[in-house]
Amino acid sequence: MSGRYVPNIVGFFCNWCSYTAADLAGVSRRHYPPTLRIIRVMCSSRVDPHMVVTAFLGGADAVLVGGCHPGDCHYVTGNYRTRRRFALLQSMFETLGLDTERIKLSWIAASEGNRVGQVVASLTEAIERLGPNPTREAMFL
Amino acid sequence: MSDALTIAKSPEEALRAFLQFLLREKKVGAVLTLDRIGKSAVPAYSLITDASELESASPLLPMMPANAGKLLAELTELAPSPEPIAAVLKPCELRALVELRKLNQANLDNLLLISFTCGGVFPLALRNDGGIDERLLPYRDALAKGEVADGIRPTCRACEHFVPYNADLTVALVGTPAGDGTSTFLINSDRGAEVLEGFEGNRTEAKLESVALDTLRAKRAEEASKLYAAPETAALGLDGLVSVFGRCLSCRGCSNVCPICYCELCYFESAVEDPTPSKYEAQLSHRKATRVPPGTIAFHLGRMTHMVISCVGCGMCSDVCPVGIPVATLFSMAGRSAAGVFAYVPGKDLDEDLPLKKYEADELSHLGVERIES
Ligand code: SF4
Ligand code: SF4
Ligand code: SF4
Repeated sequence: MSGRYVPNIVGFFCNWCSYTAADLAGVSRRHYPPTLRIIRVMCSSRVDPHMVVTAFLGGADAVLVGGCHPGDCHYVTGNYRTRRRFALLQSMFETLGLDTERIKLSWIAASEGNRVGQVVASLTEAIERLGPNPTREAMFL
Repeated sequence: MSDALTIAKSPEEALRAFLQFLLREKKVGAVLTLDRIGKSAVPAYSLITDASELESASPLLPMMPANAGKLLAELTELAPSPEPIAAVLKPCELRALVELRKLNQANLDNLLLISFTCGGVFPLALRNDGGIDERLLPYRDALAKGEVADGIRPTCRACEHFVPYNADLTVALVGTPAGDGTSTFLINSDRGAEVLEGFEGNRTEAKLESVALDTLRAKRAEEASKLYAAPETAALGLDGLVSVFGRCLSCRGCSNVCPICYCELCYFESAVEDPTPSKYEAQLSHRKATRVPPGTIAFHLGRMTHMVISCVGCGMCSDVCPVGIPVATLFSMAGRSAAGVFAYVPGKDLDEDLPLKKYEADELSHLGVERIES
């Protein structure tokens, strides 16, 4: 591994769908890149955009917010709200000239263990192309 | 076309007379307006209950010592004012009040809201050196012609919401010739009509629209595209953010004066955000060095995520910043694009919920999905 850049992705996964799916991926022994650190939240709508910013500035190469597919939220409407907040955050990143490729929202159902692997693999690939987040090294914080 | 009242006095005199009339006739219990206080006639917002005290009032002075929307919210956050208050506010202050109402921080029930077509305000520095008076004549001239007045706050130059929303009465300033001794009050609500009963002047039909107003609209739009494309603030990127906010003192002046930042205890000033030794340790486990104290950019970006959707671009934050950071330009720029995603104009429509309080099931369908090659 030494010498090769391994991205560092912080995932905020909702308890009912994405987190369960990640668990499923684990018990079904699916292989996917070891780049994701998951933080479990009860609902994706619990993710204050500020938490994404904190992870981003803290040096995460990407931040992935995972929730249930629209219409499937355990709390009925949480993920619709997540989607609005994420849109706001994305537009803020665009305005400020920050890399929107490094923040991502994904819908992953509890049964989609497969999809966890796919999402992580494709995000990892994208980040490998981009290289490390400049916030990793910057000492302004 | 709407109902209007024309008065044979300059707008400033007519409005002062009207406010005095409101107090004398007991139509309101108090007036909130800019007043010139003390020997040096420093402009400050004042709550006035006696008509004679209004002699020194200067309701249309182009200064904003505080965002009056914030002041009115503080007065009414727990309960509506027990007596009617007439308040004279700039359009962006009124928009801030409306946003605060939507955030359950203000009660509009007993407020008479008077606003005007706004030519912008001068930076607060002028308040203390007395430079304001000599600037008034050229300022009013510019307004009469629909030009962008010299010397006003940068975000005022770029402000496209200078015609008030939700005012009971609107005083026409843009396009009104300075010094010809007449003024027009537009009546926008029943409450507005009611309080004008018995006041001098002629009821007419009038419309606010004028050539000057259109000219100003076009010029402001032009200024906005200039301001928001300026290299000091547009698409800064990380390096740009570091150089802009690197000089921030963390004095929190910007959030303290911001009408939208209403939280009594700001998250970013709470103990969770205290830089403890363990936080430094965590930072230094993967960096070679860290700023002390840390968190400057995190504060600004965090504050932005929390309130920018309601930013009314009033310019207070930039104006109080002791180190000249263009906070308002950055926030209003981010606010415009964020609000644009939801076709929202902060403070425009009282009945429209805040974008983050509602959702559509069928929207933003590009988010959350990705095409994965299998
Ligand atoms: S931001 Fe607009 S409404 Fe507010 S003072 Fe400036 S010009 Fe007037
Ligand atoms: S962020 Fe600045 S410009 Fe926006 S509402 Fe607050 S004080 Fe006014
Ligand atoms: S007012 Fe200026 S120096 Fe003070 S916290 Fe805001 S940006 Fe920093």
